[in-house]
Order: sequence, then structure tokens, then C-alpha cells
Amino acid sequence: MDIVGPAQFVVLGIKTQIFSILIPVVALVLFAYIISKRLIPLRRAAQDERFNRFGERLAQIWSLWLLQVKQPRYMLAGVLHMAIFFGFLVLMLRSIALVFIGFQGDFQWPFLDGSLGVGYTIAKDYAATVVFVACVVAGIRRGIVKPPRYAVPEQYGKDHTGEAVFVLALISVLMISESLFDASKLVAGGEVGHFAAPLSLAWFFTGMLRGSSTELLQGTHIVSYYVHDLTFFYFLCFLPFGKHFHVLTSFFNVLFLRLDRGTVKPVRYGLAKEELDDLESFGVKKLEDFTWKHMLDFYSCADCGRCSDQCPANAVKRPLSPRFITIKARDLLFKTFPVWGQPQEAPALIGGIYTEDEIWSCTTCGACEEECPLAIEYIDKIVDLRRGLIDEGMVPQSLQKPLNALEKRGNPYGKTAKQRGKWIEEEEFAQTVPVKLLQGGETADTLFFVDSVGSYDDRIIEINRKAAQLLHHMDKDFGILGEQEKDAGNEIRRFGEEMLFQEIKEHNTEAILEVAPQEIVTTDPHTFNTLRKDYEGLPPVRHISQVLVEGLAQGKFSLRPLEEKDLVYTYHDPCYLGRHNLLYDEPRQLLDALPGMKRVEMEKHRDRSFCCSGGGLALFYEPEEETRMGVVRVQMAREAGADVLVTACPFCLINMEDAVKIAGLENELKVIDLTELFAEQVEFVPTVAAAV
Amino acid sequence: MNILVCVKRVPDSSENEIRLNREGNDIDTDDLVYAVNEWDNYAVEEAIQLVDKVGGSVTVVSIGTEENEEILRREMAMGAETGVLLSDPLFEEADGRKLAAILSAYISKNNFDLVLCGAQADEGGAQVGGMLAAMQDKPYAALVNMIEVLDDNKLKIGREIEGGSQEISEIELPCVLSIQTGINEPRYVSIRGIRKVASVEIPTLGAADIGFTDVPLRLNKLEYFQPELGEGAEMLEGSEEELADKLVELLQAKGGIK
Repeated sequence: MDIVGPAQFVVLGIKTQIFSILIPVVALVLFAYIISKRLIPLRRAAQDERFNRFGERLAQIWSLWLLQVKQPRYMLAGVLHMAIFFGFLVLMLRSIALVFIGFQGDFQWPFLDGSLGVGYTIAKDYAATVVFVACVVAGIRRGIVKPPRYAVPEQYGKDHTGEAVFVLALISVLMISESLFDASKLVAGGEVGHFAAPLSLAWFFTGMLRGSSTELLQGTHIVSYYVHDLTFFYFLCFLPFGKHFHVLTSFFNVLFLRLDRGTVKPVRYGLAKEELDDLESFGVKKLEDFTWKHMLDFYSCADCGRCSDQCPANAVKRPLSPRFITIKARDLLFKTFPVWGQPQEAPALIGGIYTEDEIWSCTTCGACEEECPLAIEYIDKIVDLRRGLIDEGMVPQSLQKPLNALEKRGNPYGKTAKQRGKWIEEEEFAQTVPVKLLQGGETADTLFFVDSVGSYDDRIIEINRKAAQLLHHMDKDFGILGEQEKDAGNEIRRFGEEMLFQEIKEHNTEAILEVAPQEIVTTDPHTFNTLRKDYEGLPPVRHISQVLVEGLAQGKFSLRPLEEKDLVYTYHDPCYLGRHNLLYDEPRQLLDALPGMKRVEMEKHRDRSFCCSGGGLALFYEPEEETRMGVVRVQMAREAGADVLVTACPFCLINMEDAVKIAGLENELKVIDLTELFAEQVEFVPTVAAAV
Repeated sequence: MNILVCVKRVPDSSENEIRLNREGNDIDTDDLVYAVNEWDNYAVEEAIQLVDKVGGSVTVVSIGTEENEEILRREMAMGAETGVLLSDPLFEEADGRKLAAILSAYISKNNFDLVLCGAQADEGGAQVGGMLAAMQDKPYAALVNMIEVLDDNKLKIGREIEGGSQEISEIELPCVLSIQTGINEPRYVSIRGIRKVASVEIPTLGAADIGFTDVPLRLNKLEYFQPELGEGAEMLEGSEEELADKLVELLQAKGGIK
């Protein structure tokens, strides 16, 4: 008893081999057509520079794409995805081989003969089984359990469950038909040495089919082949129509991901600063203003909802959900550049698919980007959209005042430049800590870049005086720029006012280079970030926590034990220190160095830190929201059992000190800056009067 | 509709300690930065929005020196088509009536359907708009916070009157209106926007160009001073928190709160 494969089978006098050739040919032509249509917007898109640094890019492919390192951050969904992904990788060879088997019955990959071939057969049997089981679990999860993360809020359109479950069903059909195809052949008497791997899907089917008639086996063999063939090519052509496009695009999306952290893309690649003035339009206003990589992002989104699940703006019900920044743009791309028909006229993005408040609601904290398993970018898009809003004059009144003040006076508060360096003159402070005013040719090894909030806000001035005291204690030769310093501009740039940022950057760069410091130190992570990432030609920039860790290692500090023994501390990672600059350990090292330190971690810490609502200009923006991010954050600190919340950013301090009052936690939680806390425990030797 | 908006360059004094000059009859302007008068900015935005709806053009005019070009450019970056600077040694010292007379002379040489002024400027006189209307013999409404074009000859306007009530009237064109803040949300002017209009020429007109004959000043500033503490008045000092604590203490002590 033997049965024939699809290459030999004849039905009603027709050789099925014809279909085995026709189905792939038609499907591949169709697929090529669909993809060519999908590529049209990418060709019309703005430039991007991604064909570089291939070594680093391959490393990203290795970890992010092949090893799926981001997936287990959401354990169940992640493991299910990894099962399906690895299963697909294994089954890829088998699926292609099956296409050939349709018209060449004895087809076999030349490199898969002998024991390697047997090994592969076992692997693919288990792969199919694992994928099938994963699909069933995922189907139950998406269709019945329905985790809230996947819900589509009313304003963002219809529910996406149908599509998700449909695709899981398609994949299951592929796994079942592939296994049935094999099982029927094996029962009818397969080639020597072929067997179904125990407990695999094919193994179960062999058991079920054993004893069946030859006709049934023959029928099952042929039907399962064509069910598989049709489903396979249907799936291939279906992918570019929805969230499963990521199956095809993810490799390229990861390959071309943004390699640097904390940076902002230029307004337009390949354009000198002087040429910016001549641009007809600025930023992203319509679909084609996005870069091709950003469009690829839209195509690649798997709609997993992790970005929005982590987004602090979404958490406090601001009108922003990063997931729908992408989904809405993808849907508009599909509509504007349809597969069937000519490209349409797309509406302006703002007022079309996005609202102004949506775009201003982002604090650029980077939680969404950190989470995305596909490395979809958000901050650059938000900044580009803001550049467009700024260009059109569509700026909320609450931001216009600080922006105008920045333009006229170099700080968002509208204070005079003369007042900028006044904080070092306070009598008691000036007597113990001499801070050089680096003006009129005065130089120093270390430039303390104070920035606006540290120069004008009384509470932050206290912290900078402590920082200065520590620098002095470490025998640093340091000073400040005083009147010559302007806002470093991290938020000016990230709120889209690029030309103002360029002016301010030019001014600061000149002022800094005149002093010719060996290094720049700052207490503000936003300053730290922009000086490091947005400026060029500056000496190394360090955050105060790095300087203090160095001092600690050199034995420069003798530390008193903490006075109150029972207090529990927790550390809040500022976005621009942690996620954007990967300084997670230094601040913790400093805390743990304090004798008597009892420290706990909040659930959201390190790269999952929850933004306090943002710094710089974000402090002025008045968003629609249900509660403040800072309030949510201080409650997290309480839940972790902390009595003291330590941070290392002036804006985090301001936001969370406010939040403690709003949340009514004044008696339970104290917010303190790392520098301040550390300085309180340092035994300062009285300044030697011999300096005379 | 051809709209003229009169704009003034004023010191931006919002966040700064104002000091008196040596003569004691004005503020010390050394450390100050200047900006367009806030009310005028709303007027320009309103004019641009009107023109967007019904067509026409917006002209902004300012009296002063070439330093005023900066604010004119800012308003042009918003969308005003033409900027005009009225500058003449004769204009240097002026009271409200003289400013109105200068503007009136300029308006008489041109043809505007609508003239907008800010309700008031830095000195709080709120008088130029009204006097200008009188000199031009045109209908006038002050503190306008809503404008709707009814037809070529008529506007519907709203004014906020005491107690928060709204008064709606019809006014015939051409007319003069003084604009209240809050009538709209003025657009932002980016550095790029200003640069784009940086090379647009701004015509400068002197007294002779607009046919202005000098009018004598009828208002002279004599003195500028901070009022002395009156009886029972007390200035609280300290940080915001200390201030709040002291205030609560005082209110409790005097029976204001319990």
C-alpha cells in the first residue's frame, strides 16, 4: 500500500502538479505587486541615514530580532511570541521545501540529507507542535481572557481582536495541515528512516490515521497539501494588510533602528544649518514628511500595546497613546497609498489623525521606545511633528511665554541674565565655597554648567550649592559661566523650536570653549543629555553622580552614618539619566555607600522608570490629564515601602515635591536630591584659611 | 477687507524687578527687553483670522525708532502682509492724544476698512483707540472680545462688560475697535518665521510723508514712585511657603479664618 504525492496525483484526469505550480506563481506575482505598492510611500518619504554602522546593526539583529530579548519583559505574551517566532524560523525551510514537493515529489534540501535531515524532521515536528500550542494559548488569551492592554479606546477606532484571532487560526491551520500531510504519508508507508517525533502534532495524527483506508490516506495527503499551500500563500499576501506585516518587516526595522540613545534627528538629513532657513516647510506636517524608516515603523507595529502600557502620559489619561500614534499613521498610509488604485490626497496630520494636545503631551521620557520589541521610534516623530506645529505657529499659550523668554533672555522664566550667577554670591555660601565666575578671560579645569532651573529656582539653587561644596571638597578647580550661560536647550530642541536651539547652542558652545575647561559637570540630566548628544566639540560632560562615584573610589569622602536608622530609601531613575544615558548604577552606588542605608526598589525602576512629568518646558505645559504623573510616581514609592524618595534631577525633585503635597503624603514621604542627601553625610573639613 | 493694526513696542516687565530711573519720572530701561504689547498681539491675530475668512490684507503700523522694526517683523511673521514704521524726531515725545493724531494722519493717507488697536498698553492709558476713532470720525467700540463679519459694511462684535456679561452689537465699517486679550489664541512666532521676513523692506514714513502737523502735549509725566506703606499695611517677606504660613497666621489672628 502506497500513496502518491501532489506531484503525481491525478484528479478527474488532471494532474494536480499544475496547481502546485500555478498557486505559487500567481501568489508570488500578487505578493510582488502588493509589496511594490507598499513601497511607494517609502520612496516618496523624507531621507534618513541608516545605511551605516552595519556591525552595530547586526548586533541588534542578533539580540533584538533573533534572540527576541525584549519579549520576556512581558512574560506570557513574550514566551508565546518566542515560541511562534522560533517555530517559524525552523519551519521556514520546511515550508519552502513543501512548495517544491508539489511539483517535484522527491525534493529535498541538498544540505539536509542523512542524519542532519532526520534531525531537522524531528525539529520541525516539534516546532509545528509548539507553534500550534502557542497559537491555541494565544487565541484563548486574545479572544477570551482579553488582557486590557489590547483594548482600543473609542477615540482610536474599532477593536482589533478579530484580526489577531484570525491570524492565529491561519497559523494553526498551517501547522495542522503540514502535520497531516506528513502523518498520512507515514501511515501509508513512508520512506525508510522517517518517523513522527513522539508527542508531536504529526505523531498524534499518525496515531489517529493508523488503520485508515488507502483512499482516506491518499485524500488526506493531497487535501492537506493544498490546504497548506493555499493557506501559506494566502497568509503571505495577507501579511501586508495589517499588523502581521511585521512578520516581513521586523528584520529590516530592527536592522535600520536608531542606534543612539537620547539624540534627536536633524530636521532634514544632509542639510547644513545655514540651509535650514531656505526650507519651504519645517518638520512633519503630512505623511510624506516622515522619513522612510519612520514609515517602516508604521508598517512594522505588531499592535502589542506595550508602548502605551508603559507610557506615563497614557497612564494619567493624557490624550496620547504611542500605540495609536503608529496605528493611526499606518491606517492612513494604507488608505492614502492603496494596493488597488492610485495614491490619494492625504489630509494634514494635525487635525487629520492627530490633535495638537496629543503631540504636546509627550514628555520624551522614552519608556515606549525602551519597551518596543521591534525598536519602533517615537521621540523623533514627536519632535518632528512639533517642529511642524512650531512652524505653523500652533503652540499652546502656556508654552509661548517660556519660549519667548528663552529667545529674549536665554531662560524660560524671563529673568535677567545678570541674575544668573547671583546664587554664588550669598554671603554664608561664598565664605565657605569659592566658585569662580568664568568671565573676562578667567578659566578653570572644570566647568559647572548650572542651567536655568539651577540658576533661578531657589530650591534647586540649594542643591547646586551642595554640588559646588562637594566639588570644592574634591579640590576641583571649577567655576560657572554666570551671565554668559544660557539655557542648555534640551527641551527647546525636543519641543521642536530647532532654530532657537541652534542659536542657543552656538552661543553656549562659544562661551564654553572660551573657558577651555577639561570637563563639564552638571547636576541636571537634561543638561547632561543635550550637552553630550546635541552639542559638538565640547570636552567630556559628566553628571555629578559620576563625579561623586569617582571621588568615592579615590577615598575623598568620609561619610557619617545616616541619622534616622529606620528610614527606607528608594531611588527614582530620571529619564534623561537612566534610559537616555544608561546611568543606572552610579546613583545607586552613592546611596549604598551611605552607612546605614536601607534601600528598596520600586516596581518600575531602571529602564522601566516612570516619568515624573518631564523637565524644562514640560514644566510649563498645561496638559489635559486625570492626575499628575508625579502623583502616580510618589504613590509607587509608598507602595514600595519607601519613606524617602531620592532622585538625581532638578525637575524630578520639583515635580515630586509638588506631587507629595497633592497626594497628601507630606508626613509619609520625603523627596530629596541625591547630591543633597550625599552632601549631608559628608564630613566636610573646614576650608583651610592658608589659601591666602 | 483691509485691516490696519496699530502696535506698540513695550518693555517686557512681567518677571523683572522694575527700578526707577535717576530722574524718578520713569522706569529704568537698561536691563529691559522689549516685546510687542500683548493686547496688540491679540489684535494682529484677530486681523489675520478675519482676513483668512473673508480675504483682504493686514497692515501693522508702529510709531517709534528703527528698534520697532523687530516687533513689526514679529507681527509680519505671524501673517501681516505689510509693516509700516512711523518715525520722525517730531514723534519722540508724545502723549496719547499725539499718538492718536500721528496714527490718524497715516490712516487719512490710506484706505482701511477696519482699524484695530490693543485695548491698552504698558502705561495703561487705554486712550489711543478712542481718540483715534474720534479724530477719524469713525464708529468705535472698546474691549472687543469677539468679531464676526456680517457683510461688506457691517460687523457683529462682542464686548465683555461688568460682571462677566457679554454685550453684542453691530457696528458699521469702516470703524475702530480696541481689542481685549483672550479674543483668540495668538499663534507662536518661531525664530525661523522671523528670519523669513528678515529681509522684507519696512517703509519708514516721517511727519511730512503722512502730512502730520505737530500737536502740543497736553499730558506731562511728573513723577513715578512706589506708594509708601499706609497705616495698617504690612509687606510680608520670605519664601512662598513662609509667606503662606505667615498669611494664615495673620488671617487667623485677625479672625479672617478660623
